[in-house]
Formats: sequence, structure tokens, C-alpha cells
Amino acid sequence: MELQIKQVISWMEKTNEKIQSNKEYLTSLDQAIGDGDHGLNMARGFQEVVNKLSSSNYTYVSDVLKDVSMTLLSKVGGASGPLYGTAFLKMSTALKGIETVDYPQFKKAVVEAVNGVKERGKANKGEKTMIDVWEPIVDFLQKQDNLEAKELESTAEKAMEATQDLKATKGRAAYLKERSIGHLDPGSVSSYYIFAALSEVLEEGA
Amino acid sequence: MSNVGIVLISHSPKVVEGIKDIIRQMVPDVPVELAGGTDDGSIGTNVEKIQNAIENAYNEKGVLLFFDLGSAMMNAELAVEMTDYEKVKVVKAPLLEGAYVAAVESGMGKTLEEVEKAARNVFDQT
Ligand SMILES: Nc1ncnc2c1ncn2[C@@H]1O[C@H](COP(=O)(O)OP(=O)(O)OP(=O)(O)O)[C@@H](O)[C@H]1O
Ligand SMILES: [Mg+2]
Repeated sequence: MELQIKQVISWMEKTNEKIQSNKEYLTSLDQAIGDGDHGLNMARGFQEVVNKLSSSNYTYVSDVLKDVSMTLLSKVGGASGPLYGTAFLKMSTALKGIETVDYPQFKKAVVEAVNGVKERGKANKGEKTMIDVWEPIVDFLQKQDNLEAKELESTAEKAMEATQDLKATKGRAAYLKERSIGHLDPGSVSSYYIFAALSEVLEEGA
Repeated sequence: MSNVGIVLISHSPKVVEGIKDIIRQMVPDVPVELAGGTDDGSIGTNVEKIQNAIENAYNEKGVLLFFDLGSAMMNAELAVEMTDYEKVKVVKAPLLEGAYVAAVESGMGKTLEEVEKAARNVFDQT
């Protein structure tokens, strides 16, 4: 795999498309076990990301990711703002000064991102948060020597679906305790869109 | 003589305005800055608002940050990581009671550490 500025921008555009067309769905998931703002938060944040990227010029992948991070931090009013903002900031830092990102570099960036999210949210795997998608993705990447785009997507999808059976112990849903079981975690669904979009970009590039 | 500054962070602008009103009844001379709601004023939190509040509340005594739910703490910690000031701390205490006690203690000229301790132990002292 190879990621250049063009692909990273396309990754964000595809993510935005998925989020815009599933805005109501994300909102309904967050209404079931949260405060009902996840669709709105993500739709606003990623629209701003796409606007920002389309009006800027970049030399390095890390600069694109830095702008993604800063935009999400300032425009998303819920927990997904600081969490995704931290994830993309960690990726940006890990890829500093690189023009074409290769697979080992990308792997390292995603590992850093997940560690950042865990620190920011003081959460671990199994607590019914977006970490339940990000961590299985890291495990998957660690096992591969070459990135299979299709498998990336299906790994994220399975992980997202598995959050249904979990009891939330972090985030808004944690206040509902047992009542959170049987619902998908909204942030895991939006994380699935992020990795599904990446998978599409990689397939096009292949 | 300056007093330890207080920053109030809530998902709702009304919540922090109300808490400030309660504080001001008794403590007129302590910096109290607000970071309520998102950048467009809806329910949520915003790291830039918190950064501005820190800037406005800061003096050599330092600033303490009080927060309510979820992203309020994440953004508070982010703001602390992003600031160049040294004496800026997030306090784990109930937002209203903690900030109130902190303001009273700060008004008596206490240090950052003393004020923080009083706020954290707010339910022990009554
Ligand atoms: N502590 C945490 N650690 C990791 N992920 C979290 C944490 N808290 C929430 N999340 C993720 O964020 C998603 C919710 O995002 P959303 O934008 O709706 O924030 P929110 O919970 O409404 O924010 P707030 O904390 O301001 O109420 C959850 O579905 C979960 O995946
Ligand atoms: Mg929400």
C-alpha cells in the first residue's frame, strides 16, 4: 500500500460522504444509548474537514492529517471531537515529513492513534466505545505484511457489530449500565465508516 | 495581589452562567471565566473556548479548571496540554460545589495547591 496526499484527502471525502448519508442513522443510535448528537457532531465536523482540505495546499501527508485533527477538535462539540482529533493528531505526528506513506509507517501511525484515543478517553477495549473498532484494526494490521483492503473493511465491520453485545462502561452509555446492551455503539459505527472509506481508497489505488 | 483563577466548563452555557452568579454573590474579586457549550452555542464543549477562558483567567497564582461530563474533561485536559502556562490544573470535583469552594478559598489569597485541595474535599468540610 501507499498513501499520498491525494489518497488521504480522498479518504476524508469518502468518510464525509458516508457520514452525511448516515447522519440520521448515527443520531438514532446515539438517541438509544446517548444524548443523540453523534450524527450531527460527525456531519458538522467532517463537512468542515472537507471544506478545509479543499481550500488548502499541502506538501506532506502529516499536514493534511494535522488539519483534519484541528478541525475536528474545534468543530465537534461531543467526545468524538477530542477523541478523533487526538487520533488524527497522533497519526500526523507519527508521519511527520513523509511524502509517501508505506505500510509499516501507516501501521505505526494507527498504533499511535489508538494509544492516543485510549489515553484521552481513559478507556480500554471492551468498554463499548470506538476503541472496540480501532483496537481490532490494530491487531489485524499487526498480523498482515501487506494490507488487504477488503479485509480491512470486514474487520472493522465485524468489530463494529460486536459492540452490540457489550455493556458500556465509558461514555454517556455507561450511565445506562445493562440497558446499553443490545445497541450498537455510535462511535464504533462512525469509526467503521472511517475504515470502510480507507478501504475503498486503497482498493482504487491498487 | 492576584487570586487563583477559576475556569468553568460545562456542556451548557446556562449552567456556567448560573454557577458564576452564585459565586459572585460572595466572591467579587476572583477571576471566573466561562467555557459553556460548543463554538456555536449548542450543548457540548469546545477546546478553543477553554483555551480562551484560561488566557483570560490566568495570573501568576495559576488557574484551576472545573468540568461536568465526558468531553468536558477530555477537552479540559487537551487545553492543559496545549497551554504554555505551567500553573494550570484540571480539578476532579463536583462542578458547582467544587468551583464555589475554590472561589471562596482563592478570594482568601490561598495558593493553587491549597485551593485545589479544598475543592476536591468539598463534601468533607461541611
Ligand atoms: N471515554 C471514552 N473513550 C473512548 N471513546 C469514547 C469515550 N466516551 C465516548 N466515546 C465514544 O464517543 C462516542 C460518542 O460521541 P459523541 O460525539 O456523541 O459524544 P458525546 O458522548 O455526546 O459527548 P459528551 O461527552 O460531550 O456528552 C461513543 O459512541 C463512543 O464510541
Ligand atoms: Mg452523543
